[in-house]
Amino acid sequence: MRGQLSYLGVELARPRVAFFELTSCEGCQLQILNNEASLLDFLSLVEVVNFREAMTERHDDYDVAFVEGSVSRADEADRLRAIRANAKILVALGSCACFGGVNQLKNRFRDLDWVKREVYGDFPIITQEVLPLSAVVDVDLCIYGCPIRKEEVEKIVTNLVLGKAISHPRYPVCMECQASQNICLFDLGEPCLGPVTRAGCNAWCPSNRRGCWGCRGPADDANLAQLEKIMAERGVSAEAMLDRLECFGGFATQADLLRSAAADGRKP
Amino acid sequence: MKLSCDIAVKPLSRVEGHGNIHIRIEDGVLQEASWEVVETPRFFEAMLVGKHWENAPYICGRICGICSIGHTLASIRAVENGFAIEPSSQTAALRLLLKHMETLQSHVLHLAFLVAPDFLGTGSVLPLTKSHPEAVQRALRLKLLANDACDLIGGRRMHPTRTVVGGFTMLPDKAQLDLLLRRLRAAAPDLAATAELFASFTIPDFVRETEFVSLKGETDYPFIGGALMSSDGVERPEAGYLAMTNEYCTPASTAKWAKLSRPSFAVGALARCNNNFHLLHPTARAVAESFGLAPVCHNPFMTNIAQLVECVHVMADAARLIEELLDRSFTEPRQPVQSRAGLGVGAVEVPRGILYHAYEFDDAGRILHADCVIPTGQNHANILHDLEALARSWAAAGTPDLEIERLACMLVRAYDPCISCSVH
Repeated sequence: MRGQLSYLGVELARPRVAFFELTSCEGCQLQILNNEASLLDFLSLVEVVNFREAMTERHDDYDVAFVEGSVSRADEADRLRAIRANAKILVALGSCACFGGVNQLKNRFRDLDWVKREVYGDFPIITQEVLPLSAVVDVDLCIYGCPIRKEEVEKIVTNLVLGKAISHPRYPVCMECQASQNICLFDLGEPCLGPVTRAGCNAWCPSNRRGCWGCRGPADDANLAQLEKIMAERGVSAEAMLDRLECFGGFATQADLLRSAAADGRKP
Repeated sequence: MKLSCDIAVKPLSRVEGHGNIHIRIEDGVLQEASWEVVETPRFFEAMLVGKHWENAPYICGRICGICSIGHTLASIRAVENGFAIEPSSQTAALRLLLKHMETLQSHVLHLAFLVAPDFLGTGSVLPLTKSHPEAVQRALRLKLLANDACDLIGGRRMHPTRTVVGGFTMLPDKAQLDLLLRRLRAAAPDLAATAELFASFTIPDFVRETEFVSLKGETDYPFIGGALMSSDGVERPEAGYLAMTNEYCTPASTAKWAKLSRPSFAVGALARCNNNFHLLHPTARAVAESFGLAPVCHNPFMTNIAQLVECVHVMADAARLIEELLDRSFTEPRQPVQSRAGLGVGAVEVPRGILYHAYEFDDAGRILHADCVIPTGQNHANILHDLEALARSWAAAGTPDLEIERLACMLVRAYDPCISCSVH
């Protein structure tokens, strides 16, 4: 018999966990099933009571709710509020939940009617500006990434079960990339947000010679002005930098600034 | 026996995304059967407008968590076709190998985790870890093998990192490829045992004639690009995909539906097997025959068996591809890309059926208009018509309502729908 475990002041035994998805590709939940080597051990740590993608049984008495996806319709906001009311701890799972993710790319078009017409023509379709979970309810914990990294989820959930403090790296992906002794992608002519993006992915993309697109959002004290200088020095266009900064929503403020600057620059 | 019932499954579990089944029977007569797709749309086709071509595969891979590799490859193919880029034989072999491993991991996930619980009378795979531990371990080993292979070639099993227009950012290490080949060969007994497990299941006896759409293979069982065909005799070039899809909106769905020669058609493993049976690897064909799967099979529940057959095919063909790759000296991973204005279409057979991406580019290589036609979107109308036929015949036969509900859920699951993908 294990002793009482606690997190954020809530006492937990083998926590009852539930998985939910709002507007998303459901890939982050799938990443949990993708933990083949350790899936069964992982499942023994918790009691899964709600996981529609994998199981038919479902219950609403859970301690921890993992919510994937962003909010893009009123009924999703209602569902999210109900989940919040049931859960002792609500975890935003992945970039869509944390920042809006790729879904928020449609927010850059201020005219939502144009967006609807572009895809559905005159067919009536309901949607709204894409929001991260935190715009609708209180979020206790964020697990960053598009997709989430299974090792990180396991570590976080294990710490949660054991009642250990959970913290994210404050430093950028660049540090992990250098520790991996990768060739700097800027030297290979590839733009990279590694210098400003929060670490924790073990430089997943740069280690595969793909520049970082910032899916984990900004590191503490991210120096965007310096990055802009580096990009300019290396001949990276403002458009390419904006493509990366606006992709997942973690750098929404900076992307807005760059976008307005570009719009101003185009004015006669 | 109860002759009236009102069945509502809201939402259906063990599928990707949100869909609802509703069946109403009165006095043994079907009054209503509906398949409702309630998933929130994401508007990927709008997101891409104004974006430079390099964004397309990176963003579009994220349409789907399960078949992100397929979406990425379809998107890359659309861009390359638009720019008249022919991938090198090395790139083509690596992409097909990556595609095969995604097919294997997706089919195994569906068969072992989502489908098998229905046949073994459980609500999920969790009780099976106790009652059928060997079967679960075998499935996990096969999935792990496939996912490790995707990591090795694509850089990451989900939302791949190395796949780019023009080729790959990096190539796999040959020693690792060799290890993969040995693991593939060693995994054959796991797949054979999985096939034995499925041979012990009774596949529901239900037939409704329909049209099957897939790529048309010339010399190989087709996965990436080529002509399009239907079992009703329609043939079109890849760029003529719109004539195969005829998408339309319907009030019951946030996904667009599709039709061709009849009110609905089917895509997926069964469609591919039906249309290209003669091109399956002989070992895969033998497995198909042992299950009585021969073209043209009109039982949608046999999609599960077709997936099993394809697992055998892709494992055999992956071994061939690796041998071929090990025999050659690797050249540059990536070729230069020169954009040009015009339309590019890419058709790729992803686990759930044929997927199309199409982009129109301006002179600077920016996207003016994007169109993605998703396999599950093409299957929705067929799912509905199957549900109607199934409920009607089983209601008339006096099948108990719980059994009709179980069979209806199993029917939709057999299509392995990727609902959020179909809404995108």
